[in-house]
Amino acid sequence: MALLRAILVRLLTTAITLFGVAVIVFVVIRVVPGNPIAMMLPPGATEADIARLQMQYGFDKSIFEQFTIWLSGVVQGDFGTSISLRQPVSLLVLNRLPATLELSIVALLIAVLIGGTMALVGTRFRDTGAEGAIDMGAGMALSIPDFLWGLVLILLFGVLWPVFHISGRISPSLDIDFTTNFYLFEALFRLRFDVLADLIGHMFMPAVALAIPLAAIIAQLLKQSLKETMHLDYVTLARTKGYAERTVITREALPNAILPTLTLVGVQFTFLIGGTVIIERLFSYEGLGNMAIDAVINRDLPLIQGIVILFALIFTLVNLVVDMMYVVLNPRLRHA
Amino acid sequence: MSGYLNIRNLSVSLRGGGPILRSVTLDVAAGQVHGLVGESGAGKSMIGKAVLGTLPRALQITAGEIWLDGQDLLKLSPGQRRHRIGATTALIPQDPLTALNPSRRIGPQITRRLVDILGWTKAAAEARALELLAEVDIPDPRRVMRTYPHELSGGMRQRILIASAFAAEPKLIIADEPTTALDVTVQKQILRLIAEMQARHGTALLFVTHDLGVVSKVCDSLSVLYAGKIVENARMRRFFMHPIHPYSAALLAATPTYTNPQGSLMPVPESVIETVEQEVTAHDRRWGRR
Repeated sequence: MALLRAILVRLLTTAITLFGVAVIVFVVIRVVPGNPIAMMLPPGATEADIARLQMQYGFDKSIFEQFTIWLSGVVQGDFGTSISLRQPVSLLVLNRLPATLELSIVALLIAVLIGGTMALVGTRFRDTGAEGAIDMGAGMALSIPDFLWGLVLILLFGVLWPVFHISGRISPSLDIDFTTNFYLFEALFRLRFDVLADLIGHMFMPAVALAIPLAAIIAQLLKQSLKETMHLDYVTLARTKGYAERTVITREALPNAILPTLTLVGVQFTFLIGGTVIIERLFSYEGLGNMAIDAVINRDLPLIQGIVILFALIFTLVNLVVDMMYVVLNPRLRHA
Repeated sequence: MSGYLNIRNLSVSLRGGGPILRSVTLDVAAGQVHGLVGESGAGKSMIGKAVLGTLPRALQITAGEIWLDGQDLLKLSPGQRRHRIGATTALIPQDPLTALNPSRRIGPQITRRLVDILGWTKAAAEARALELLAEVDIPDPRRVMRTYPHELSGGMRQRILIASAFAAEPKLIIADEPTTALDVTVQKQILRLIAEMQARHGTALLFVTHDLGVVSKVCDSLSVLYAGKIVENARMRRFFMHPIHPYSAALLAATPTYTNPQGSLMPVPESVIETVEQEVTAHDRRWGRR
C-alpha cells in the first residue's frame, strides 16, 4: 500500500516536472531571436511566402495557443514534425536515442570501473604515496572538462597513435543490417565481434572523455567514505577474525560505504548525459546530442522541444533507478 | 613462561610521539579470567588492540613480545599473525550497536568466519551458530539468523557478539569493556553470561574494564594500569585483601559500595597520583621516550 502510494506520488511529480520543462523550453525558444521560417526559405523570399509558411506551422498564433496545440498533440504521442528534417519528431528522436544511451551507459561503466578501482586501491594503500598519487590524478581529472579530455584523446589516440576512430558511430563499409538502433547490444547478442570491435573503436574516445570526470568524482567520494568506514567497529571486528585487509575492504566496508556515492553518481550521471551533447558533436557521433545542436542551429523548434523533453524524461528515470537501488542496497530502508 | 597469553615489556607509542604503553608485562593463564583495569585513557584497550593487531595506524609497537600459546606474534609475518589471531582468538567489542555490519544478516556475520578462516562446511557453521545463539539465550535463533542488526536490541546484539566470539572455540577472548555501552539492567545479565560461557568453554579471557566491582565478580587475576604502565599484577584474592601499590589501594578505596555510597565516592588522592606519575617519569627517563 505504502509502496503503491510512493509510486503514484513519484509518477505525479515526474509529470509535473516534465510539464514544467515543456513550458520553459517552449517559451524560451520562441522568445529568443531567430526565425525558423526565415531559415527554411531561400534569400529573397517574399513577405507573402513567409507569412504563408508561418501560418502553416502555426507560428502566427500566440505562444499560449501554440502550446495548447502542441500539448494536445503530445498527449496523443504526436510531438510534431521537424521543420528542417521534415519527419515526425518522435521518430527522429527515438531513432537517435539508442546511440546516446549506449554511449552514456558505456561511459558510466568505464567511470564506475576506473573510479571504483581507484577508490579501493586508495583505501588499501591509504596514508601512503599511492593514495596521494590517486588524489592528484583525481584532482587533475576533475579540473579538466569532458570536451577538453575529448580533444586530448583525439590528439593521443587519433593523431599521435591512431588506434581509435575519431568520428562517427560505425564504419560505413561494414555490412550488417541492424534491426534495432542499439548497435552495440545487437552486435553483442548476434555475436558479431568484428562489428563489436568496430563499434568500440568508435565509442572508446567519446566514452572515456565523458567518463574521466565522473571517475574522478567516484574515486574521491567512495575513497573518503571507505576510509571513514574502515574506522568503524564492525570493520575492526572483521579484522580480528583473520580476514585480509583486501577482503575487509571489499566485503565489510564497501557495501556500507557505497551508499552516499550511489546518490551522487545518480546526479552526476545526468550531467554525463548532458555532456554527450558536446562530446557527440566533437566526435561526430550520431546521437541525440548531435541532433540537438543541429536543431538549435536550424531553429527547428519542434525538434528542440522533443529532444529536451526526452532528456528531461531520462533524467527523472535515472533518479528513480537510483532511489530504487538505494532501497535494495540499504536494508534499513526496506522496513520504512 | 606459563599461561596462554604472555605480554613481555610491550611498549607502544605514537608514531613520532610520546609513549602510550610503557613496558607492559602481563600473563593470562589458559582457561582463566584476567582483568585489566585502569582509568579512561590509561591504555587498557590498546593492550587488547596490540594483541589483536588492530592498533590505530598512528600507533606503533616499539618494543616487547606478545607470546600467544608459546609463539611470539611479533615475530610472525603480518599475514601469519592475522591468521593465527583469527583462528585462536576472538573479540567481544565494547559497543554492540556499532560492532555488527548494518548491511548484512546476523547469520553470515557469525558463520562466514568459520567457513572462510577455519574451513568448516557451511552446514556445520550454521548448525554451530544456531547452537551458540541458543546457548546465549536468543529466542528463536533460526529467525534471528535472518534478521539485520537494526532489528535487534542492544542487549540482543551483545549476546550475538558473544555467541559469535565463542563460535570458533577460541583459546583466548578479549572482552573490551563489553558492558559499558549497555543499559544498567542488561549489564548484569551480560556479565553473568560472559562468565558462564567462559567457565563452560574453558576459554582464557582478558577482561578490559574500568570497573573494579566487575573484576571482583568474574576475574581470577588482574593488572592495574596507569598511564600505560602496569602498577600491579596480582591474584584476585590477594589484591582485594592487600593491594601492594598505593594507586591500587586508592582505586579500591574509591569504589562506591552499597553500604556507604556517599562517603566512598572519593577521588584518588593527590599524593598517590604524584607517586605514580613519578614512577612513569622514572620509567621514561630510564627507557627513553620510545
